[in-house]
Amino acid sequence: MPSAPRPLSEPEKIFEARDVVKIYDMGEVQVHALRGIHLELYPGELVVLLGPSGSGKSTLLNILGGLDRPTSGQVLYRGQDLARASDRELTAYRRHHVGFVFQFYNLIPSLTARENVAAVTEIARNPMKPEDALALVGLADRLDHFPSQLSGGQQQRVAIARAIAKNPAVLLCDEPTGALDSATGIVVLEAIERVNQELGTTTALITHNADIAAMADRVIHLSDGRISFVERNAHKKRARQLHW
Amino acid sequence: MRALDRKLVRDLWSIKGQVLAIGLVIAGGVATFIMSVSVLDSLRVTQSVFYRDYRFADVFASLKRAPESLKAQIQAIPGVQHVETRVFAPVLLEVPGYPDPVSGQICSLPDHGEPLLNRVYLRQGRLTEPYRDDEVLVSEAFAEAHRLKPGDELGATIRGKKKRLRIVGVALSPEFIYQLQPGAVIPDFESYGILWMGRAALAAAFEMEGAFNTVALSLTADAREGEVIDRLEDILKRYGSLGAHGRKDQISHRYLSEEMRQLQKMATMFPIIFVGVASFLLNVVIGRLMATEREQVAILKAFGYGNGDIVAHYLKFVLLIVLIGVAGGIAAGVWLGQGLGRIYMDFYRFPFLLYQLRPAAVVTSVLVTVAAAFLATLYSILRAASLPPAQAMQPAAPARYRASLLEALGFGRRLAPPTKMILRSISRRPVKAFLTMIGVAFACAILIVGRFFSDATDYIVDIQFKLAKRDDLNVTFIEPTSERVLYSLRSLEGVRHVEPYRWVPVRLRHEHRSYRTAIRGVPEESTLYRLLDQDLRPVAIPEHGFLLTDYLAHLLGVRPGDTLTIEVLEGRRRTLEAPIVGLVSEWVGVTGYARLDSLNRLLGDGRTVSGAYLEIDPRLGRAIYAKLNQMPRVAGVSVREKGLRNFYETLAKQMLTFAFFNTLLACSIAFGVVYNSARIAFSERNRDLATLRVLGFTRAEIAYILLGEMALLVVAGIPAGFFIGHWLCAQMITGLQTDLFRVPLVIEPSSYSFAALVVLVSGVLSGLVIKRKLDRLDLVAVLKTKE
Repeated sequence: MPSAPRPLSEPEKIFEARDVVKIYDMGEVQVHALRGIHLELYPGELVVLLGPSGSGKSTLLNILGGLDRPTSGQVLYRGQDLARASDRELTAYRRHHVGFVFQFYNLIPSLTARENVAAVTEIARNPMKPEDALALVGLADRLDHFPSQLSGGQQQRVAIARAIAKNPAVLLCDEPTGALDSATGIVVLEAIERVNQELGTTTALITHNADIAAMADRVIHLSDGRISFVERNAHKKRARQLHW
Repeated sequence: MRALDRKLVRDLWSIKGQVLAIGLVIAGGVATFIMSVSVLDSLRVTQSVFYRDYRFADVFASLKRAPESLKAQIQAIPGVQHVETRVFAPVLLEVPGYPDPVSGQICSLPDHGEPLLNRVYLRQGRLTEPYRDDEVLVSEAFAEAHRLKPGDELGATIRGKKKRLRIVGVALSPEFIYQLQPGAVIPDFESYGILWMGRAALAAAFEMEGAFNTVALSLTADAREGEVIDRLEDILKRYGSLGAHGRKDQISHRYLSEEMRQLQKMATMFPIIFVGVASFLLNVVIGRLMATEREQVAILKAFGYGNGDIVAHYLKFVLLIVLIGVAGGIAAGVWLGQGLGRIYMDFYRFPFLLYQLRPAAVVTSVLVTVAAAFLATLYSILRAASLPPAQAMQPAAPARYRASLLEALGFGRRLAPPTKMILRSISRRPVKAFLTMIGVAFACAILIVGRFFSDATDYIVDIQFKLAKRDDLNVTFIEPTSERVLYSLRSLEGVRHVEPYRWVPVRLRHEHRSYRTAIRGVPEESTLYRLLDQDLRPVAIPEHGFLLTDYLAHLLGVRPGDTLTIEVLEGRRRTLEAPIVGLVSEWVGVTGYARLDSLNRLLGDGRTVSGAYLEIDPRLGRAIYAKLNQMPRVAGVSVREKGLRNFYETLAKQMLTFAFFNTLLACSIAFGVVYNSARIAFSERNRDLATLRVLGFTRAEIAYILLGEMALLVVAGIPAGFFIGHWLCAQMITGLQTDLFRVPLVIEPSSYSFAALVVLVSGVLSGLVIKRKLDRLDLVAVLKTKE
């Protein structure tokens, strides 16, 4: 995967999805998870993918993150088609360009907060220091704690630090607040917001919680494997102003 | 089928790889047990049936010559049931088409009726006809070695007189189940044979008419063997008694008993190791299963299943795994037992092998394995079953980790996170890691034990038959003979060097201990028969005093400097006092040594010899054998190299089979331990590993984290296995140290490296199986679920 971006059109697009279809073959039945998605993501924007469960938003995120390949269509990351990339290329893509945040944090229990971040920075090309990444999410005082010694919100913030420490081009968050209460969830969203603003990392956030959509630049509504409509927030809210 | 039982079968199927790995280890243990116990039982039953039906005697004595009339006196000893007097004669044989020297022993058979004791089992042909002096039976081992059958002829030299002998039958005898040339330690069926001939004909040929030189007795049920032996020796004393002994000192019987003791050890030691390893594996696997089944247990309990139902359900799961292993083990054990029985029949010549598989052995193997398995798994099953349902429905508390010892010592900074993950995973469950390592160590140890007997045999042969004994030919005389015979030996063309020896049967006494053996007189400058000390340096024989085999000194409780009483059991039967001046290190047999000239002086026999070692020009070997065959005083000729070669050919087959079987067993343990540990580590950590994959780690990098831990434990297990293997070998040979032979604790470096290699290969193979699973990790599915 070339690291130098090759602009295709103006303004530069990070992602361009063209007619993306994903069909899961479940033996006797076929599940159409995505039925022809067209999508573009631009540098520095915060996009929320909103939809009920089964709408295809996780499938789309997995495809954008190089965890899965579409059945048909193109997914261009800076002009490179992820749909046709090999396993090895996808691994390198995830390694150098994407940061992931998951609903269940997925920290390595045998590594401390600092080491969880270091596990990623050590294999990245141009990382920040693990301590800086943790400071950015407000965990400068929890560097040497193991996951079992951290609360759920703290664990999720470690996961965010881990995701952004490699200075990714794009941050993908799959229901990052799904396992948290609203107060803790807002702290986590603040961390994501700060990363988006201070580092300018393009961020895509999946949720089924419509209240969270208020903090996005753009909200992409999905239902039944299609984009039903896209709205642009003229006055986006700060994360701390949200409540649910 | 009840729903729960269906769940059981499907759960088993879902971990079939682990079930197979554990089943193999259990099967290995059960198979070894069934094999050893069944062969042991078979040998015991066959031996006792053969002994009973063919009237194996209770007491044996040999002497120079006694009149037949003495028989009545022996019969009158209280406790004696039957008396069988016999003539045993050494014979030199010529087998058509076989150029090397062959010697043997002809045993007399009564001319009328069957022998009262030590009857022969006729495999082929017929018994000899009364008074025929050209008919013989030959032992089956000898017949097979030369492809002899009834109707074939042999050339024989008895007391220097040539005879043609016609084979009329092929036979076996309880007296010669282990057929060994006197003075030899390894059977050589080509060079030495047992023959039977009518008494009158043999006595005529051997100049024993109206006399006997061997007697065998059976005893009444209430007889005291020790007293009978004393009385018998008393009677035979005047007739050149060479000593009387009970069954336990009968050479064939003794070797057989030693073999059975060895088998007994194998029947206990190996299965204990296997059951131990299998229990550990079950403990780990069931422990993991119960952790993943928490919610299901909770649901079952919520629906009204009791604790007892839950425990029974999971115990049934354990029982099924065990029974799969036990069934396989019994089948393999019977198959291997029959194979081992056949191998034994090559060395121990029974007419038949009554294969025995006692139900008790089967029941024992089932009960012991099931009990061990239940003990190993009960705790985790009980703990999971006793959780209140509401608590069980919650996910288990997250695993707690802390910095490993290495990091606490300050090495942490240099380690990459993946390496830290390995170290912390080990230090989080040190007991499990330790047991995994020990399991690997036992696999390695079993391999070492498997090679050990072969190493020890090689060592004995190297020392005793190459370094100590260096002759080409050993010529024995019918009786002690004047030294003048050496001139005729030296004058044979092709004989380069002749070294005489004297062999005197004696009883050695020290305080309350006594031991019947022989003293060997050797020349001062002996080069063909060297005595070695513990460091394998030649020991000089002093002019006065005796040297003893170190083990004999131990038996008699004497040390250099002590004085021994020596009762000579032949000739003038003198009793002497002589000092022990040194010890000789020997692995086979026990003997006393003295200077030939001093010994002859002490005995008052003049310059006599019992035999001689020859160094010859190998090109003239055949001509020399032919000349030796014509010398009337020559009782036997043996070729050292030839005997060794034959022994190795027979032994190699046995060792190969054993080594192959052993390697399989060890692999099953190594694979079982490594595969199961890695498989469980995989299921415990697949989420972590998938996460790392998502974060951009390559397959090789996550494989390092999981398999690196296994590799570390395997590598640590190998040196531990070396120690355990050495220790097990030491255990195996305690109790096997006897006056017949001592087994040296010698393990060759090649055996250590072989063991290490097999363990590494098994480890790599199990690693590859797990690697395939790692490569197929479903990244998306793993991330969507909570632990």
